[in-house]
Amino acid sequence: MELLTPGTGLIFWQAITFLAVVFILGRFAWGPIMSSLKAREDSIEDALRAADLAKEEMKILQADNEKLLQEARKERDEILKEAQTAANRIRSEAKEDAESSASRILDDARREIIQQKEKALAEMKGMVADLSIDIAEKVLRRELEDKGSQEKLVNDLLKDTKLN
Amino acid sequence: MINRIFALRFLLIISMFFLSGKTFASSSDSEEFRPGDVILHHVLDDHIWHFWDGPYGTLYLPVIVYSADRGLVVFSSSNFYNEDHDVVPYNGYVLDHGHIGLEGSEAMVWDFSITKNVAFLFLNAALLVFVFLSVAKGYRKNEGGPPRGIQSFFEPIILFIRDEVVKPNIGPRYERYLPYLLTLFFFIWFGNLLGLMPGAANMTGNIAVTLVLAVATFILTTISGNKNYWGHIFNTPGVPIVLKPIIVPVEIIGMFTKPISLMIRLFVAITAGHIVILSLISLSFVFHSYVVGVGSSLIVIFINLIEILVATIQAYVFTMFSSLYIGMAVEEHH
Repeated sequence: MELLTPGTGLIFWQAITFLAVVFILGRFAWGPIMSSLKAREDSIEDALRAADLAKEEMKILQADNEKLLQEARKERDEILKEAQTAANRIRSEAKEDAESSASRILDDARREIIQQKEKALAEMKGMVADLSIDIAEKVLRRELEDKGSQEKLVNDLLKDTKLN
Repeated sequence: MINRIFALRFLLIISMFFLSGKTFASSSDSEEFRPGDVILHHVLDDHIWHFWDGPYGTLYLPVIVYSADRGLVVFSSSNFYNEDHDVVPYNGYVLDHGHIGLEGSEAMVWDFSITKNVAFLFLNAALLVFVFLSVAKGYRKNEGGPPRGIQSFFEPIILFIRDEVVKPNIGPRYERYLPYLLTLFFFIWFGNLLGLMPGAANMTGNIAVTLVLAVATFILTTISGNKNYWGHIFNTPGVPIVLKPIIVPVEIIGMFTKPISLMIRLFVAITAGHIVILSLISLSFVFHSYVVGVGSSLIVIFINLIEILVATIQAYVFTMFSSLYIGMAVEEHH
């Protein structure tokens, strides 16, 4: 039965000692331990949150980059297209110019040729006439060196020319 | 560390076997060996701390008594024993089965002696303070860093108590009660484990010790009780008015049965463990046989393993139920 009857002395000492231990540990052990544990947990949580934030920012940045790239690509395409049309325009203009100037040159040449030809023809005509007259003169002079041939010619001519 | 406890316990068994075997064997000629008395003597508190027979084997602890007639008196408990280790009266005080009284008087004598359990209690408290101040120093020295040394051994246990025992049972306002509950857990745990050491006292298996712990939880629960808690006791919601005269006394009794269950559970679990171990050890002396001794020693080793488990489980259970009761007192709504 003694087992079940608590001794007053032990109750007294246990109460004092246990309260003292609770007080000492509460003041000098659990307080600092709990605050350091909390501080550590907070710092870990903060670090994790910061990492998440950084990840999010990274994602936004990446999206921005993608957008910028897209825009740049579009711009490049536009510029290329513009350049293409400009080049085409310049090319066709140049072609037209070349064609028109070529035809003009051709016309000029043709006209020149005709002119030259006419001139040459005219000159030739004069020269042929002169030559013919010269030749005729020389032939006549040789033919008509003597009297007999002169008379014969006149007669021939007269024969041909019927006076009627 | 646990291995060392086993080794020590084993050594104790072996040594008891050889040393005490002779003593008991010789004494059994004149008087019969009564295991019941031996076991009860080991389990109960005492004014001396007996380690072994022979010189320097007994620590005589101070006796502190107070009586209305003679006031506060302090003397060594060795005065109660003569050369033959028989109990004798001293200076008018008599020691009768662990109780001190005045010779030829029925007057009340208050015994505040530093008994075996009180000395053991001081040892336990000192160890507790030493260990956890070292742990706290670790946190100061190593601020923000990972735990090191003794700190890393206790941190998971502290976190377990905080996150698995106190927080879920008490709720958002758990921090106020954490120092008490952590001290409670480690006080019981250390006490239980130290109690398993050879020569140790049965401190956490003493009803006075468990009574104080249970009363501490009861006081904390009662002063923490909010309107909801008292309302639940004196005006239990959802109960018809006719049943109230039955329910209210039940609820009031419930307030007290909770700490009483705490007190008895720890006391019984630890004392029973000690009794089982001592009974098994006594077997060899009852049968006067070394063979039985070897067999029972093997079983004692096994029981010791279970006792280490029980030491931890009982500390956990006491803390868990204390948290639960405090949690019920501070709970806001259902």
